[in-house]
Amino acid sequence: MPVTNYLILAVILFSIGATTVLLRRNAIIVFMGIELMLNATNLAFVTFARIHGDLTGQVLAFFVMVVAAAEVVVGLAIIVTIFRTRRSASVDDVNLLNG
Amino acid sequence: MTTTSAEAALFGILAPLMVLAALGLLFVKRAVHAAVCVVFVMICLAILYVANEAAFLGVVQVVVYTGAVMMLFLFVLMLVGVDSADSLTETIKGQRWIGIVFGIGLLVVLLGVVASTSHDLPPAVGLEIANAQTNPTGLAAILFGNYVVAMEVIGVLLVTAALAGLVLTHRRRLGVHRNQRTLARERVAAIPQGRTLAPLPAPGVYAQNNAMDTPALGPDGQPLEHSVPRVLRIRGQQKTAAEVLTAEETLRSRLGLPSVGVDEPEAAITDGVSASPTSDDAEEARD
Repeated sequence: MPVTNYLILAVILFSIGATTVLLRRNAIIVFMGIELMLNATNLAFVTFARIHGDLTGQVLAFFVMVVAAAEVVVGLAIIVTIFRTRRSASVDDVNLLNG
Repeated sequence: MTTTSAEAALFGILAPLMVLAALGLLFVKRAVHAAVCVVFVMICLAILYVANEAAFLGVVQVVVYTGAVMMLFLFVLMLVGVDSADSLTETIKGQRWIGIVFGIGLLVVLLGVVASTSHDLPPAVGLEIANAQTNPTGLAAILFGNYVVAMEVIGVLLVTAALAGLVLTHRRRLGVHRNQRTLARERVAAIPQGRTLAPLPAPGVYAQNNAMDTPALGPDGQPLEHSVPRVLRIRGQQKTAAEVLTAEETLRSRLGLPSVGVDEPEAAITDGVSASPTSDDAEEARD
């Protein structure tokens, strides 16, 4: 099995995550789609680190994880705040800027 | 570079399962099920990291993603409501089909990129040399050698995110804070309404048995109906004073003891707290 199979898996996972962001209405599920995309890029990073024999790819994946953790904290706090004011977790209901 | 056949087998088993779980994120109705699907994908990713000679990242993946991030997701799901299902009304016409087309288009483009460039990739080196002093040591050398500034910035970012989480979810107190002093004052002020200062007697004390539905007996041998828990009284499941007294009398006559006054149980019951469910009881039961 060539190592590039990992890249193909990463591509598939990334596409599924992106499609989730486009299709789902529940803000929390949309957020999980973003997490899936970040994880897919991490898999690609790790695979490239192995292909090139250089650990920098793994360091970058580590940074992606840290940024994702910070992003999850802020994003979920925003979702909770929106839910408190609008009693809904659907991205369709956040339409205050709708013209 | 080709992998070992064991790794190929691992990949062959895990990859389809991961894709299936990821598709679950797309098709599953409930948010909790989607979260479980994502947890599965993340644990499988951790296994694949370890297979890819990234043991440290595999552990971090389990700790950070499965342990912290997904638990945070589940926590927010509990807060927001587990049953919150997707609304199926389309606010933008044809958005679903556009989304599907975009998703498939992205997949095709990215697969094309990988397929066309994977021949040009250099032959895979593997990490045997880089991981010579174990994977975490090699990572630390790069992380604290070339990326020290980025590490510091990441620290600032994490502190900022923690503060943001605190500020965003802060809720201003709407009512007056009730501390112990105000609670005590309220209790004293409620004495004219028939409340007692002391805790209520426990059910079944000095009675024939200590079941929850048996009223305790007072020092005068009279049943105290308010010793039975509120809920049982509201449901009407408590033993009445007459039942308890009759049972007491039978026991006393069997033991040859002098009888207590069965005739006026009302006097003992009605002083202090009323035995029947009051409006207060009903109110508290609703809480």
